[in-house]
Amino acid sequence: MAEIVIKNLRKEFGDFTAVQSSSFKIEDGEFFMLLGPSGCGKTTTLRMIAGLELPTSGEIYIDKEEVGQKPARQRDIAFVFQMFALYPHMNVRRNISYPLVSQGMSKKHVRDKVAEVSRILGIEDILDRPVSGLSGGDRQRVALGRAIVREPKAFMMDEPLGALDAEFREHMAEELRALHDRMGATTVYVTHDQLEAMQMGDKIVVMNHGVIEQFGTPQDIYDKPATMFVADFIGSPSMNFLRFHGEVHAGASSVSMHHVDLAVPTVREPFQGDLVYGIRPEHIRLRDDGGNRGEVVAAEYLGTTQIVTVKTAGGDLKARIASDQPATPGETVSLDFNGATATLFDNQTGRALRSDLNEGVLSHV
Amino acid sequence: MSSYSITEPSPLQKWLAGTLVVFYAVITLLPLVWILTTGFKSPVDAIAYPPKILFEPSLEGYVNLFTTRTRVSPEALQALPPPSSWYEEIVRNRDMVIAGPSRYGERFLNSVIIGFGSTFLSVFLGTLAAYAFSRFKVPLKDDLLFFILSTRMMPPIAVAIPIFLMFRTLGLSDTHLGMILLYTAVNISLAVWLLKGFMDEIPREYEEAALIDGYTRFQAFYKVVLPQAATGIASTAIFCLIFSWNEYAFAVLLTSGTAQTAPPFIPTIIGVGGQDWPAVAAGATLFLVPVMVFTILLRKHLLRGITFGAVRK
Repeated sequence: MAEIVIKNLRKEFGDFTAVQSSSFKIEDGEFFMLLGPSGCGKTTTLRMIAGLELPTSGEIYIDKEEVGQKPARQRDIAFVFQMFALYPHMNVRRNISYPLVSQGMSKKHVRDKVAEVSRILGIEDILDRPVSGLSGGDRQRVALGRAIVREPKAFMMDEPLGALDAEFREHMAEELRALHDRMGATTVYVTHDQLEAMQMGDKIVVMNHGVIEQFGTPQDIYDKPATMFVADFIGSPSMNFLRFHGEVHAGASSVSMHHVDLAVPTVREPFQGDLVYGIRPEHIRLRDDGGNRGEVVAAEYLGTTQIVTVKTAGGDLKARIASDQPATPGETVSLDFNGATATLFDNQTGRALRSDLNEGVLSHV
Repeated sequence: MSSYSITEPSPLQKWLAGTLVVFYAVITLLPLVWILTTGFKSPVDAIAYPPKILFEPSLEGYVNLFTTRTRVSPEALQALPPPSSWYEEIVRNRDMVIAGPSRYGERFLNSVIIGFGSTFLSVFLGTLAAYAFSRFKVPLKDDLLFFILSTRMMPPIAVAIPIFLMFRTLGLSDTHLGMILLYTAVNISLAVWLLKGFMDEIPREYEEAALIDGYTRFQAFYKVVLPQAATGIASTAIFCLIFSWNEYAFAVLLTSGTAQTAPPFIPTIIGVGGQDWPAVAAGATLFLVPVMVFTILLRKHLLRGITFGAVRK
């Protein structure tokens, strides 16, 4: 197993820059998520680590060895594809043993390894079946089997649950995480599903337009977003943004928006101009009396909670409140923000202003 | 309301479709039946009018196809020892004796060598080129593909004279190698374009999985891509073989002796001892056999090849 270090990695396809100067470090044994919308460069980054694309510039270290320009077969990693990519002309057993055969391993040894892996994955009974007739879940297990059988330094997974139906996905996600915990293998996992990333990852890199927006633990990324993109992309519904023109001084613990004072974590840098006040839906409470009033326009019932949309002077806000609290469309309510969790952004650059809350998590390397 | 769904044809539709197929089959097969039966007729029956549907079968056509014969006087025929074989007997009934074997066997063998040789070469080169066009960044890829296809935009015979002169200068006239190269040149555009379509349909992930699993690019191509492309290769091979097997114009122009193929030879049979239609028909019938066997062997692939890509797996 190995740590993976990425330094100033860059990839251009003609005029198009898919990945711009990315740097991050994946610790040994970490379950690492590359998260972002489609076309953000996450898959290209993964393919560069795997050796399926060669970087335009930059370095990739796997287990302290620079492998940036080496072909995939010399990197000792395994790759799980979204469409599984099981060899269609081979049965399950041959698919799993194929990486071992390429190493010239003895037949008996191969048989033992395949037996061991199929026991771990619970696919012993389908070993002699052709892969074409298998269910999505079984195909996924065979693909995993082919990946783990060689005991590589690291696993690359490109949206491996993307081709499964929703119900099975959750089950497979748990299985995958359990498998990782048992083997302790460094895993790099690409997904566009923020829930999947939060649920499974030890660390997350959020990418957009080939740029790393933030790097950190799921909690940090959710609670302390470094940019408006991260705040918007992570969380469902996403963070509320209230835009206003104003100024803050270093050391201030409130901002004045449309003549209403809103509490914020102590600001560490002064700023003047177009500001954005970001607050997560679950940090908004609805009250009958008080300032900062708005009109309820919709309420979505979600079981234990409900999402209430409130129309205010600064724009529509979504609040997540207990489902037993009454909120009827048309009624006027007062909004109470939990200022300690709020983040201020520079509207122009989308960057979060430094504060007591996010100090230390903003830089991504 | 009809009790039949829109996807399931009604009995009337099935009957109509069946009738049409049978009608079409009869029309297309009739000339073949004519050739097949004429091969087993006597020369008199072959030109009888109205044509004889029922006739006494004879192997005379086949005997004449494979032999050259000399006419002898009845006295000389009497003086000969009795015929030693059934074909000798057929020939003597016409007041002739066998002078030696005909050239049909040689010409047929030439057809086999040139037909299968150029098919193999076209498919071999076409597969490699198609893979490269499908997977790699080839400079001027689209222009090259268009250029390859453009060789098909005129009838090949339009360049007969330049090719004739070129072959004469290069010493390729009337050689097996020359004909193999020529037919390969004509077939390669078809092979590249057909196979590129098949290669494009094979997901890259298969090769990438093999690359990760420790194989080189060539091993991945050989062990993973080729088996997937078998369907395409088989149907391409059939098309190439049918062209080079049946080609007539260049064969007439560029071959005469050593490398002459069967198509230009078969019509010359007619000149030996009168209008020997049964021998011509026998030559044509035998000529059909290899390409028919080849097609039947690869038929499963051909059908899948034609509909390939129509349905997403």
